[in-house]
Amino acid sequence: MFQDVTIALLSGFWETIKLFLLTLVFSLPLGLLISLGAMSRLKVLKAILKFIIWVIRGTPLMLQLLVIYFGPGLILGNNWWGSGDTGRFVAALVAFVINYACYFAEIYRGGIQSIPVGQYEAGAVLGLTKSQTFFKVILLQMIKRIVPPMANEIITLVKDTSLARIISVYELIWAGQSFIKSAGIIWPLFYTGVFYLLFSALLTFLFDLLEKKLDYFH
Amino acid sequence: MIPILEVKNLQKSFGETAVLKDINFSMEEGEAVSVIGSSGSGKTTLLRCLNFLETPDGGSISVNGNALFDAKGPGAKSEAEIRKNRLHFGLVFQNFNLFPQYTALENVCLAPKLASDGSAEAAAAIRKQAEELLDQMGLSDRMGNYPHQLSGGQQQRVAIARALALHPDILCFDEPTSALDPELTGEVLKVIRGLAEQKMTMIIVTHEMAFAHDVSDRVIFMDGGVIVEQGSPADVMEHPKEERTRQFLANYSKA
Repeated sequence: MFQDVTIALLSGFWETIKLFLLTLVFSLPLGLLISLGAMSRLKVLKAILKFIIWVIRGTPLMLQLLVIYFGPGLILGNNWWGSGDTGRFVAALVAFVINYACYFAEIYRGGIQSIPVGQYEAGAVLGLTKSQTFFKVILLQMIKRIVPPMANEIITLVKDTSLARIISVYELIWAGQSFIKSAGIIWPLFYTGVFYLLFSALLTFLFDLLEKKLDYFH
Repeated sequence: MIPILEVKNLQKSFGETAVLKDINFSMEEGEAVSVIGSSGSGKTTLLRCLNFLETPDGGSISVNGNALFDAKGPGAKSEAEIRKNRLHFGLVFQNFNLFPQYTALENVCLAPKLASDGSAEAAAAIRKQAEELLDQMGLSDRMGNYPHQLSGGQQQRVAIARALALHPDILCFDEPTSALDPELTGEVLKVIRGLAEQKMTMIIVTHEMAFAHDVSDRVIFMDGGVIVEQGSPADVMEHPKEERTRQFLANYSKA
């Protein structure tokens, strides 16, 4: 029994990992674009992005999942996502990417704004372009400063993936829960906690490693 | 002879506050000019205008007879043009502003490398030049160190090498020793003195009066956004004509 449960949970865990990794792949760069846009001099762009960040941070992620999955069908009369597993997974991914990009954007903004203005000025008087100054001078210093808050947010994402359950995306919690109906046992649901714990332990280890790696400068 | 730098009627205000009011001066090639004056007199703003970190509100800046900035000329310049104009000037900051993630050598190489064609020969030449500059700054054993591993005086000398690596026509120093304790001030002043002996054209904003007296060909005294007096160090600092200059210098002789 234990072996069967473990195998079932592993398949659910694989879906969780997929959602987690794909969310990071898209939301990390999107967040940077949003944060640069929210700091730009274009007032309209800035206002729009600030509004989006406000809405996304101000409403529950679970609600966002429901709106993004059911919204197109209810409002436009056209279900973009299709009805299959893939459609639901993509809808969940879109919701997670938007949500996490907004949180990451605020972390990036904090990091970028904490870099002393003298670094930009030194780049400027050395004839660097704005993008050279950003990529060659600012970015790594920013990354070093945002590792702790990013680690926090990314570990939160591991657990937030379970919310995809609300639009019937198969993942770890679902895999555990299914044994209640099929076998009348609840312990597989509790057992899922071990997977989350081990995975966040791995992430914590990796972030510590990154922090040490960036310790060569102050 | 065309002056290497000519500043005419330069004006700059921040909001209601006029920080520079009608600044006029020129420099010959190889001249070292010190700018002295109390805090808030506009010295730093003047250097920042020369390096296009601030856009002047009026007047003109010419290098070798070419107007790099003219408030009366055609409108705003492109970012690329400003970047090109900046390279006539180098700026050494009060707080060094080295890039913390790069070693001393990498700090000196970064800008020339980004401006080069990226070839291996160019990279080798840039590296060789950087090593020579750091050697000249007395830092040959510190090239591989990161800024946080260096003393303030060493950091400032790396910053000077970094500015020199781009071969500016005019090197500007913005209170280069104000963030240093007296012990470290000497090593930086020694380096600047060496540059003066090599006839590097320099504008030095400083509170080190004895140094300004010693190293400069000319001293400019600024107060309230105007140049009150300028001339040889002996004239301005020993026999000031203006009452305001006398008051300012008196504070130093008392100390």
